[in-house]
Amino acid sequence: MIRLENITKAFQTGTTVTKALDGVDLNVEKGKIYGVIGYSGAGKSTLVRTVNLLERPTEGKVYINDVELTGLSAGKLKKTRQRIGMIFQSFNLLKTGTVYQNIAVPLKLTGVPRKEIDSRVKKYLNIVGLEDKRDTYPGQLSGGQKQRVAIARALAHEPEVLLCDEATSALDPDTTESILSLLEQINQEFGITILLITHEMHVVQKICHEVAVMENGRVIERGRVVDLFSKPKTPTTKRFVQSLFQDDVPELLVKKLESKGQIVTLSFVGESSGKPALALLSKNFDIYPSILAGNITQLKDEPFGRLVVHLEGEETETRRAVMFLEEKGIGVEGYVQEVSTHVS
Amino acid sequence: MSARVSEFIDLWGADIWSAIIETFQMVGISLFISVLIGLPLGVLLVLTRPGKALDNKISFRLLNAVINVIRSIPFIILLFFILPFTKFIAGTTIGVKGVIVPLVVFTAPYIARLMESALLEVDRGVVEAYEAMGIKTRHIIWHVLVRESRSSIVLGLTIATIGLIGATAMAGLVGAGGLGDLAYRYGHLRYEVDVMYVTVFLLIVLVQGLQSFGNVMAARLKKD
Repeated sequence: MIRLENITKAFQTGTTVTKALDGVDLNVEKGKIYGVIGYSGAGKSTLVRTVNLLERPTEGKVYINDVELTGLSAGKLKKTRQRIGMIFQSFNLLKTGTVYQNIAVPLKLTGVPRKEIDSRVKKYLNIVGLEDKRDTYPGQLSGGQKQRVAIARALAHEPEVLLCDEATSALDPDTTESILSLLEQINQEFGITILLITHEMHVVQKICHEVAVMENGRVIERGRVVDLFSKPKTPTTKRFVQSLFQDDVPELLVKKLESKGQIVTLSFVGESSGKPALALLSKNFDIYPSILAGNITQLKDEPFGRLVVHLEGEETETRRAVMFLEEKGIGVEGYVQEVSTHVS
Repeated sequence: MSARVSEFIDLWGADIWSAIIETFQMVGISLFISVLIGLPLGVLLVLTRPGKALDNKISFRLLNAVINVIRSIPFIILLFFILPFTKFIAGTTIGVKGVIVPLVVFTAPYIARLMESALLEVDRGVVEAYEAMGIKTRHIIWHVLVRESRSSIVLGLTIATIGLIGATAMAGLVGAGGLGDLAYRYGHLRYEVDVMYVTVFLLIVLVQGLQSFGNVMAARLKKD
């Protein structure tokens, strides 16, 4: 559906050239919700803006439905953009227009017949749950309501793709939840492919099928959300995953425990989260497992659990125990104390 | 008292009335033409900026320079400086007809600047959202840029109109009449202080009224 090939975006400031994007490839399948996560400055915002060419890449090609956007004339590009919805962190509504006008004006300007405009506005206001606000100005709406208007405005063009540029970053946690549910509903009901960028792992956890992690203008890790949660490879991804789990163990305790055994992080996905793995461990091996921290959470389609466990026992015995756990489909990793948290 | 008032009206009423009409004519006509020229120029100043829809360094710099040059010349000098041009455009250099050209040349660049600053206030994000929806630039100009800045535009036009009223005072020099001319010729040159007071009073009322009207309109157009 969306295919980015070797996208590079270089900005020139004076004599120095900085690459905001450095050879990014991305493939978003039809009907999927794809998340791109990264700290600020990673290039994710530039990336989402290259999809509809608000930002023209210096190199590389953008395909939507196998049409190469980077090769289109200005007029054709405008036509294609009408099928690509976009919502923003700052909502970007007309202050001088009512909710109704905010949805109707762009429809009118893209040549939708007058009669249809009215029915479309009604339909999509209904979907976002703002029928009663049609004559209100954005200045009187809350952030969440403004984003709902922006979503209705995007949907009213009946797009195949919806791009979300930090759409929930300006909202409080409760409102974020409700907007995410709305996006999920849109994805399911209309089959609209969603590409969203965010710096909150929570957003990815809640609604994304797949995710790419960005750093310094490159995608450093990508895959199904479950895989990234259970087997994060890069330090950045690990940090993002860790940000969802409050499983820090006090440093002193770690030092003390490490002298007589090993501390490991176990991750349970789907079915394996229901098995009594630790009970079996102490029964089958000469090991005393004790839980230091733990958490279970719901990913988009399946539960995901994480335990920080101290395995007290001989080294060889511990190694066998770890192999046993891995056979059971449980991810095992050495416990790493979270290094200084990145502030974004 | 009332006898003096009616005597004054009998004596000067007709002159004052025709001066008011002349001022209104000059202001009305030149404001209309100046907006027709100034608004598009303001839009051009915004759109030819680096990174904007019609990014064009040469046009932007040229336009900028021309506007600055004209705005550097005081109206009283401009009035005489462009006499040949006035003659060429209007066919005459005297009377209301002869003063419209210099008034427009004086006001249009001013309006262009005022429009520029009004349009620059518009949130870049909204323009971007409309670009992302595949909407044509000319539609964005009208339905986003001008629409969103209409409150500032009205305030800008109020300022321009008041400036224009001031400039018309000098129009008397080419025989165009108006309130300023009346105050100068009768009030100053012929020591008719009553005429001076009355015209000044009328100008104050006019400017006050205009500014209040502009403020109310701008507040009403603003929705946030």
